[in-house]
Formats: sequence, C-alpha cells, structure tokens
Amino acid sequence: MIRIAQLSCGPEYSGVQGELQKAADMVGAELIFPEVSLEDVMNVEERFGIEVASGDLNLAMARATRIVENPDLADAVFVATCFRCAEGAIVRSEIRKYIHENSRIPVLSYSFTERTTAETLLTRMEALVTTAKFKGLLSRERQTGLTAGIDSGSTTTKSVVMKDNEVIGTGWVPTTEVVKSAEAAYNAALESAGVKREEIQGLGTTGYGRHLVGREFGAKLIQEEITVNSKGAVFLAEAQKGEATVIDIGGMDNKAISVQDGIPGTFTMGGICAGASGRFLELTARRLGVDITELGKLALKGDYQKVPMNSYCIVFGTQSLVNSLSAGSKPEDVAMAACHSVAEQVFEQQLQEVEVKEPVIMVGGTALIEGLPRAMEQLLGMKVMVPHYAQYIGCVGASLLVSGLVED
Amino acid sequence: MVKVMVYPPTSMILADLVERKGHEALVVSKEVRKKVDTPGLDSPPLNMTTEDPKKGLKYAAVDVPSGVRGRMALLGPMIEEAEAAIVIKGDDCTLGCTGCARTNELARFLLKTKRIPLLELEYPEDEVEAKRFVFKIREFLEGLS
Repeated sequence: MIRIAQLSCGPEYSGVQGELQKAADMVGAELIFPEVSLEDVMNVEERFGIEVASGDLNLAMARATRIVENPDLADAVFVATCFRCAEGAIVRSEIRKYIHENSRIPVLSYSFTERTTAETLLTRMEALVTTAKFKGLLSRERQTGLTAGIDSGSTTTKSVVMKDNEVIGTGWVPTTEVVKSAEAAYNAALESAGVKREEIQGLGTTGYGRHLVGREFGAKLIQEEITVNSKGAVFLAEAQKGEATVIDIGGMDNKAISVQDGIPGTFTMGGICAGASGRFLELTARRLGVDITELGKLALKGDYQKVPMNSYCIVFGTQSLVNSLSAGSKPEDVAMAACHSVAEQVFEQQLQEVEVKEPVIMVGGTALIEGLPRAMEQLLGMKVMVPHYAQYIGCVGASLLVSGLVED
Repeated sequence: MVKVMVYPPTSMILADLVERKGHEALVVSKEVRKKVDTPGLDSPPLNMTTEDPKKGLKYAAVDVPSGVRGRMALLGPMIEEAEAAIVIKGDDCTLGCTGCARTNELARFLLKTKRIPLLELEYPEDEVEAKRFVFKIREFLEGLS
C-alpha cells in the first residue's frame, strides 16, 4: 500500500478530512501523519527556515523536515491548506519546494474549501499514487508493438494508433455521449492507420471518461491525465531525459506538470473558472465570427496591450470582449488579448505552484491556437515548444505506457 | 457562578484555574465532546462536517478560509455564551492551540468587543512572572459575581 503523508492545516475543521481519506482509499493509498516531537515544532524555524503564527502550519513544516530526514516514512506527500489563506499558501508552496529539493518523493499541493469532494481529488491522488508506485512503467521511453490510446476529454475525444514508436493513425471527435464519441474517435484512428481493432495488442484510456470507456473497450490501462500527458509530451517533444515542464490548457481544466526524466514530479490541476480555459477562446472565436482553428493565426497579428481584458471570471472576460469590440478594437488585438488573458490566468494561478524549467512543452488542442503559446512565452520569458500531435498527447501517452504492459 | 471563556480555548491549565474558583470554564474540548456524544451521521475523529464552515458564516464572511469558519462554528457559540473572558497574549503552543492564527485574531477580537469582564495577560516568561500570572487570574475570578 502506498503511504501518503498528509501535511495540512484546516481540513478537519473544514469538514473535508473524510473526503481526503475517501480519495486515498479509492486509489488504494493510506494517509499517514508523521510523528514529530514538541521540540521539532518549537524549533521549526531552525530546521525548516521559517516559523509562522499558525500552530498547524508549524506542525506541517515540522512533519516535512521529518520526511526529508527519514524518506522511508512516506512514498508520497500531500500538502493541503485552506483556499484563500495567504499564510497557508506561502507555507504550502515552501513545503512543496522543500520536499522537492531535498528528496525524490512526489508531492501534491492542494488548497481546499468545504466543497472539496473525494471526486475532485481523485485524479490528483491517482496521479500521485501512480508516480510513487509505477516508476518502472513510467520510465518507459519507447512504444513497441501495435497499441492504441483513447483520450475521453470533457470537450473532445481523441484516439491514436501507434506502431513501433510511431503514430500511424489519429481520430478526433467532439465529446457528446462518452462511449459513442470514443467509438467514433477510435474507429477513425483505426481507419486512418489501416488497422483492424482485433489486431491492437493493447489499449490505454485516459481523460474524464477513462473508466467508462476503459471498461467498455476492455482497456489494459486506465490512467489519469497527469501521468499520460507527461509521458506523451516528453515523448513527442523528444525531451525524455532531464527536466521539462508540461502545460495543458484543457476545455474544462488545466494542468501544469514538472517532469523529471519523463516522470511527473510536482503538478497542479485546476482552473478556477472557464475564463482560464479553452472555453473562453471558443467563446472569443464565436464572438469574432472566426473558426477556432483560425483564432490563433488572427491573434498573432494583434497586440494584447491595446485591449484591456481579464478573464479571471468568464463573465468579466466576456464583458471585456464585448466592450472592446463595441469601442472599435481590432479583431486581431481582441484575439491576442483573449489568448494573453487565458495564459495569464494559468501563469498566475498554476505555474507558481510548479518549478517551471525548460523545455516548456504546451500540449492539448489549445496549444494549436498559436496566440496561446506565444502569450505564454511572453509571460514566462522562455521558449515554449508545441510538439507535433500536441492535441493527441493523452492518447499517445496511454498508447506508449500500455505497450509496457503488453510486453510484460 | 460565571461562564468564563479562556483563550486559548484548549488550555486545560486556564480551565482548571477557572473551575477551582467555582466558575464554569468554556473550553473547546467541551464543544467537541458535544459533537462526539450527540447522535448523528457525522464522522470521527472531530465530527466536523462540511456544514460547520457554513455555520461559521455567522461570524466570518464567505471569503474567509473554510478552516477559520469551521473553527468559528465551535468557538462562536462559546463566545456568545461567555459572561467573562481570560485572554492570554504571546502564548506558545504548550499552553493550548487552535492551530490557526486567523481564528485566534477573530475570536480575540470578538471577545474584546463583547463588553464583558475581560482579563488580558501576557504569557509568563519565568517563574516570578508565572506567579504574578496566576495571582492576577485568581484576583479576576474572585471579582466576578
């Protein structure tokens, strides 16, 4: 059983400790609370570097020092504090960095509210457990044989067929009915690869519908997006060795993953509002009367600084959009402002929680909206890479990983 | 007998001093015991549920962290019930601890503005100060009608 050390402040009093426990149970993990002495807590500044006013945060830092000194205590670390607590956010971030810099233990950082449920935590916990448990499988760098992947996402369903380390077929459909969409995308990928379904040696599924689709299609691997996207991204970007950062701005949520040798280390998954997701860009394209595939090219001709836009909330973002067009702003400036605003939300809300190290790889369908990686480059001051097949990253990762199970 | 809230509200030392003088100490352990003893669907160990941070909305706005509001769901009714209070400043976690500094700030503020007999004391640093500390508390408690 995977032991996840919980370093937290507030979940009991928020009434969500039971939900954290349930999420851990669902992924076959055990939450543990490393023992510390009173002296460890009283001397936390000396050992950790800071001491804060809240006792539970000092206790969390003392526990972090115990884990670093005794790495056998835990297989993974879950750091959680209340959403909207500044002191908690500072400590959470420092604990994450401290564990990351001083051990090889994977860390998940999360801020909760009383509305946090086991289901919202499930993908994150699953990824944390996978990272801790299947390092051997995750270190796989080559796809072998004939395998396929289906990514049942919130907006689109994608599929690929891979043979001997190459993508030989792809399929893509908008997600409507989960199983029917998966069937259509899978069939399209098989058809473009010229392969029959019975020839596929192993299928991997990922995305929101992964469990349903995986059961329906008899998948050998059913895996959350954090893991497969990391693998798919570094595989396609040919960055399997060393550090990398993967950014996936999805239709419903966003992921930022810090990767080391192809294995996810720290990651965040979230999206406060659709204003920080691909949905806002869809809305912008519709309002500008252009196809979503043309929005990126249009944005590249524009200047975001000419249009004030803040899509922290999609309603405010839409107001900025409507107001700027009514005031006579050029469509290309509005398009670039929308891309910049979405990138800015991800930069402010998520990229502060991971170590952003080059190469920075942007994946998912939104990475193909050229203005978005450009905006991210401007914000990060780093080159952003968009690999070929960026929109199929989840299926490629699933297909690559499942080939390891076929061999076994 | 007067209902005296002690702060930190987990301090057994302060609660003992209050009860030795014949008053009722309002401490968080009693509130937690009510949660444990009252039949319901709540889960251990603290028997706090997601309803508690909502009850805390009476004392703190929705943009205050859920952990503060959950704690206030326990402390708020005690503050309302209190007829007097002893508040210790500069204390360390060996005296008692709510775990959250923001909760401490809010609860202390509510006690101070409640217009009840209030004794505020600095946490003693040595034995001489500790004796004065106990003496002042005793004097305060004896003065309560």
